[in-house]
Amino acid sequence: MSFPALPLDEARKVSTNMTMEIMTQIKRETNGNALIKVSVKKMDVYYGKFRALADINLDVREKQITAIIGPSGCGKSTLLRSFNRMNDLTPSCRMIGEITLDGENIFAPGVDVVDIRRRVGMVFQRPNPFPKSIYDNVAYGPRLYGVRRRTDLDEVVERSLKSAALWEEVKDKLHQSGMSLSGGQQQRLCIARALAVEPEVILMDEPASALDPISTLRIEELMHDLAKEYTIIIVTHNMQQAARVSNYTAMMMIDEQRAGRMIEYDQTQVIFTRPKDKRTEDYVTGRFG
Amino acid sequence: MRSQNSPFLGFRQPKRLQRFFQHGDRLWQGLIILGSALVFVLMLSVGWMLWSRSVASRTGFGWSFLTPTNNASWDPVNDHFQAWPFIYGTLLTSLVAIVVAVPVAGGIAIFLAELCPPWLRTPLTWMVELLAAIPSVVYGLWGIFVFLPQVVTPIGNFLGNTLGNIPVLSSLFMGPIPASGASRLAASLILTIMIIPTIAAVTRDVFLAIPNSQREAAKALGSTEWETIWQVLIPYGLSGILGAVILGLGRALGETMAVTMVIGNSIEGSASLLRPGYTMASLIANEFAEAVSALHTGALIEIGLILFVMTLLLNMLARFLVWQVARQTPQEGRA
Amino acid sequence: MSQMAELTDRRRALSIRRRKTINAVMITLTGVLTALALVPLFWIIGYVIVRGGKAINLDFFIHMPTPLGVTGGGVLSSIEGTLVLIILAAVFAIPPGVLAAFYAARYPNRPLGVALRFSTDVLSGVPSIVVGVFVYGLMVVPMGHYSGLAGGAALAVIMLPTIIRTTEEMLKLVPGTLREASLGLGAPEWKTSLSVLFPAAANGILTGFLLAIARAAGETAPLLMTALGNERFNLGQIVSGGVQNHQSIFTIIGRIINAPVDSLPLALWKYAQQPYPERVEQSWAVALVLMIFVLAINIIARVWAQERARKMRG
Repeated sequence: MSFPALPLDEARKVSTNMTMEIMTQIKRETNGNALIKVSVKKMDVYYGKFRALADINLDVREKQITAIIGPSGCGKSTLLRSFNRMNDLTPSCRMIGEITLDGENIFAPGVDVVDIRRRVGMVFQRPNPFPKSIYDNVAYGPRLYGVRRRTDLDEVVERSLKSAALWEEVKDKLHQSGMSLSGGQQQRLCIARALAVEPEVILMDEPASALDPISTLRIEELMHDLAKEYTIIIVTHNMQQAARVSNYTAMMMIDEQRAGRMIEYDQTQVIFTRPKDKRTEDYVTGRFG
Repeated sequence: MRSQNSPFLGFRQPKRLQRFFQHGDRLWQGLIILGSALVFVLMLSVGWMLWSRSVASRTGFGWSFLTPTNNASWDPVNDHFQAWPFIYGTLLTSLVAIVVAVPVAGGIAIFLAELCPPWLRTPLTWMVELLAAIPSVVYGLWGIFVFLPQVVTPIGNFLGNTLGNIPVLSSLFMGPIPASGASRLAASLILTIMIIPTIAAVTRDVFLAIPNSQREAAKALGSTEWETIWQVLIPYGLSGILGAVILGLGRALGETMAVTMVIGNSIEGSASLLRPGYTMASLIANEFAEAVSALHTGALIEIGLILFVMTLLLNMLARFLVWQVARQTPQEGRA
Repeated sequence: MSQMAELTDRRRALSIRRRKTINAVMITLTGVLTALALVPLFWIIGYVIVRGGKAINLDFFIHMPTPLGVTGGGVLSSIEGTLVLIILAAVFAIPPGVLAAFYAARYPNRPLGVALRFSTDVLSGVPSIVVGVFVYGLMVVPMGHYSGLAGGAALAVIMLPTIIRTTEEMLKLVPGTLREASLGLGAPEWKTSLSVLFPAAANGILTGFLLAIARAAGETAPLLMTALGNERFNLGQIVSGGVQNHQSIFTIIGRIINAPVDSLPLALWKYAQQPYPERVEQSWAVALVLMIFVLAINIIARVWAQERARKMRG
């Protein structure tokens, strides 16, 4: 969107109006009274000596879609990967502070990471199905937990693929390789795979950025359906997507020491129409990267 | 082609120099083509040499030279030769070596690629590679005087006493192992040690080439480290791992000195692991320089031909598998 | 009701515990296997050092072998022989190998390039004993006798695939921009290759040479029917005798390479099989010399390669 000749105030009004239009096109219920599912308290994340995230505080509400936006490199993905402790896989990464899931700190000693990762699922930027059949991809998780009976697995696979809006397209070719699907289908397969272990929270790291616009729209519609059952946290660099899809939006930016900070966090309507912080306003009206 | 008037600051190359440069290019092209052609011709000559100089033996004995038989004889005096005992010895020792080496080498590769703390990784990898640098004769020397008495004989006795009595397995484990320990078992075990570095190194490379996105996908679903390796990484890299195994097998088939020094070099007729045996490579090593009759030499060369064909086929199979892995690396889904 | 939902929290926790136990066991197992595989390394090296060290002294290096029962023999002939063979092998293998590698790096998709890759693969898989048989037919039979020349040729065939592969890889690592810059300045193809590409890749190529030489130095099998082994090989005698008789350098070289030649691995092989204890002790000493030679080259080559890699990473 470019506003070549309009004076600044006019430009801002126009862009805000367009955003509001997009927002009203998609009906969403933002439940202001929803319980808090995941809470980040005073978290810093370091890679070695470099502080990547500084003083993050965030309350994610249950069964709502929360979007994390901000310019490239501000630490959105690092934050997202903290929720399911994927940062543990990076040897130099350490954190201070806590993240609670249903009130309990997921970083407490003695906490079972394997269980956390089951309860907090993740979908990645680029689809990464296993080189197994579609069926085996989705059944992977339940099999880990000992689900063996064919009928049970069939049921899980069908249910997950339906929830991911993929069932109709693949029900006749479940034994084909997951990698034979198109990009959009592969991403939905990854979603189905994540759903099969019955998580409570789903993390999505720019889930549609590698996809074409039509697939992107399908994923966004899917997110709405999923939000009825699951708490969703998505990272996106696409503000319009955040505006279209989310109930709550968190705005992040890097400070002078290149650490990512939470600038503002509120219901999406507020962030996009009457943000409190000027930096937020600049970003959502397109004046900033 | 460069123009007569080289542009740079009006500098013009003298004609003589230019001609030299042009000829130089042609000369260089000629040289590198010559070098490559030489290598190609060399490869062909090896095959041709083995084929043509074994003609007497091939026509004399035909296919029966190779076939399994109980009446094998290798008789330089009467000029009658049959290769089965040696083929059997080579195959048995190599296959046993593979069976033992693959899990060990696989474990090592997994440890070095996935589990090892970073500061240990380089020194350990170095040391495993150093195992491959020890010359075969040195393995043989240690084999005769240390490995045989201290390791092989006890194991052989144990196996003979336990498995030697079980009906089906007894033919393979019929003892007793000779007092010296020289046996097919000894050859198999020493081969195992020698091929582990090869298999481990290639398998480790296979694991390192698997994209991280697979590990992340598995971990994000709550897999443990081992589950990730066993259920995702190994299936992903399976063709490459098979290629590694085949490379190891190829090495085992051709290994000569260490095997000759510990296998006992006898064709006494037993099929057992615990008894002395003979491999194709050992036979050539022991008899070639003293072979007198043309037929004897020809038969030995035919054995060399068999070895050549075996390793050639294995090599092509390994190539094919590596090509498979390259094809399987996923492209972006067709959007 | 899905089985996943049926899994009560308790059963799920038990299942997780079981999975974690398996995880711990298997991880430990891989570590154990790695340690296990290193046992032979230290065992062999240890034995060679201890038993070899006992029999070794300065005499060992500077004397010819003496007949049984006479003390003070050495393995000078084997050491000289090994050096002669390596030099021959390098002379035979390095020129065609490097040239072929240039072709392979430059034209990988032309028919000759494909044929070359195939040939390198095939040659690298040929067992060393078969290489010996090949060179026997190629050189020993027409020449009518065993010779160091044939031994060197056999070792060259063994070294060739390694040299081609390493050189090709190192050439490919040179950034394409370097080549383009040279050509852009008007340098012809051959000058680019020799003055720009080769020096840039030289360190890596030399490392490849070293590793190939280390391997060739340890080979026994192909020498059994080519160089044969020769306890009486005495370089000093040949050279001084030749000089005394005013023979040309070519004649002297000819005399060196035209006769059977000994080598360290061959000496080891022979001594180890003899039923005399002194010979057996000597074979351990030969093993020590051989190992020091081979491992030293290996370690130097690898350390050099690591230094290079470190410097490139900056």
